[in-house]
Amino acid sequence: MSANGNGHFVSLKGVSKRFDNLEVLHGIDLDVDEHSVVCLIGASGSGKSTLLRCINLLEQVDAGTIVVDGQTITDGKVDVNRLRQKIGIVFQAYNLFPHMTVLQNLTLAPRKARGASRADALDRARALLHRIGLEEKADEFPDRLSGGQQQRVAIARALAMEPKLMLLDEITSALDPQLIGEVLELVRELAESGMTMIVATHEMSFAREVANKVCFLDAGVIGEEGTPKEILSAPREERTREFLARVLEGGRL
Amino acid sequence: MHGLVAFDWHVIWLRVFHPNGVFARALWVTIYVSIISQVAGVALGLIAALMRMSQFPPFRWLSAIYVWIFRGTPVLVQLFFIYTAFNLPIINLGIWTIPSEALTAIVALSINEGAYMREIIRAGIDSIDKGQMEAAKSLGMSYGQAMRRIILPQAARVIIPPLGNEFNNMMKTTSLAYTIGLYELFADAEQGYSQTFLSEYFIAVAFWYLVLTTAWTFVQAWIERRLAASERADDLTFREQLIAAWNPVNAWARGAR
Repeated sequence: MSANGNGHFVSLKGVSKRFDNLEVLHGIDLDVDEHSVVCLIGASGSGKSTLLRCINLLEQVDAGTIVVDGQTITDGKVDVNRLRQKIGIVFQAYNLFPHMTVLQNLTLAPRKARGASRADALDRARALLHRIGLEEKADEFPDRLSGGQQQRVAIARALAMEPKLMLLDEITSALDPQLIGEVLELVRELAESGMTMIVATHEMSFAREVANKVCFLDAGVIGEEGTPKEILSAPREERTREFLARVLEGGRL
Repeated sequence: MHGLVAFDWHVIWLRVFHPNGVFARALWVTIYVSIISQVAGVALGLIAALMRMSQFPPFRWLSAIYVWIFRGTPVLVQLFFIYTAFNLPIINLGIWTIPSEALTAIVALSINEGAYMREIIRAGIDSIDKGQMEAAKSLGMSYGQAMRRIILPQAARVIIPPLGNEFNNMMKTTSLAYTIGLYELFADAEQGYSQTFLSEYFIAVAFWYLVLTTAWTFVQAWIERRLAASERADDLTFREQLIAAWNPVNAWARGAR
């Protein structure tokens, strides 16, 4: 436990980010405890993705500080590659490496970025494929897999680096409805295993079930945060109510 | 002037079917100058393409100026400038000696080629979804690792076909080095002509350039076939992959279908 971050595993203070004239994040404060799951909800363009991308330094913040695992990552002195090795991120578009087999997708980064031996990386990759139920796809190329399978492989690829934090960026948004379940099931298992996660999602029932905390992002600020019950069943803010009503119409609550 | 009746088929027959030792040397010079210049041009093009994408503005400017100058001026001018301004040495590698004129040609053609390759390589890299670089970086890989393992292998599929056309061009462009006194294929033909005033020497040398470029067409088809095959390698049995990889004619036929 470090003074940095006040004991929270991830701690954001006054984080702002702008792209040219558009302020995407405006003074975000957010704490995430170890082994907890925080879900970010909010309309498209509310800043959920940018927030996640700032935490693994795919984007540089313009103001504010981010502390991860006791380390201030926004001071420009951090070893970016080392930091990213302990933060896994999964994207909406999977972003698997199409020129490599599933197994190679899982072993490349552990071997090249972390220096794991070939045998160790293979062992871990096969164990992960077993865990996600895709052992028989080890030697297939990603384009031979369904969207749901590809996204499960992308999750496994991130887990292969043994991260301490997982960032999930709307990972079911590109999937056909019938494929969403298998991916969320895997995330649920991850949560149960105690993985610290920050999850940007439109799946409200999933958030209700898995999150320890739900944050409603609205135009770059956190409009409201609390337990899933507080936010999803009894929101205090008008904006939150409006957003949830729109989602409900879309049939996703 | 010769009419077709007076056409000296004998000269062509001799030059095509009975090449002498001097010719063989000239052919060899054309081949190695082409290959070395192309390889060095690709290397320069890659460096310039990476500089073009650098965060450090002076690198980008340097890359832009390089392309501006070397695509915007005739290669013949570049060749003569390097020939007259630098007295490049003879490279002696024991059994293989590269004359000064050949080295001059290699330097000029490489630098010129690099400017064209930069655009081709940049287009190849640009064609890869930026999510690939982000995925690689977010797994903790360095920029260099991501480029080498993720981006360039995928970009190669886009880069290889125009690269092949560049090499086809390169083999023909080496003939310009005749003007700085390099004894390559064209110089050999010109020498024959200047002793006899028979234009047939140029027909014969055109035939030899065609042999080179046609041979390359097959090699290129083979390479592109392999790239395509590796993309869907699991569609083919091991035997089919071997045939596709080792039989250019077969690969050619598959490509035509």
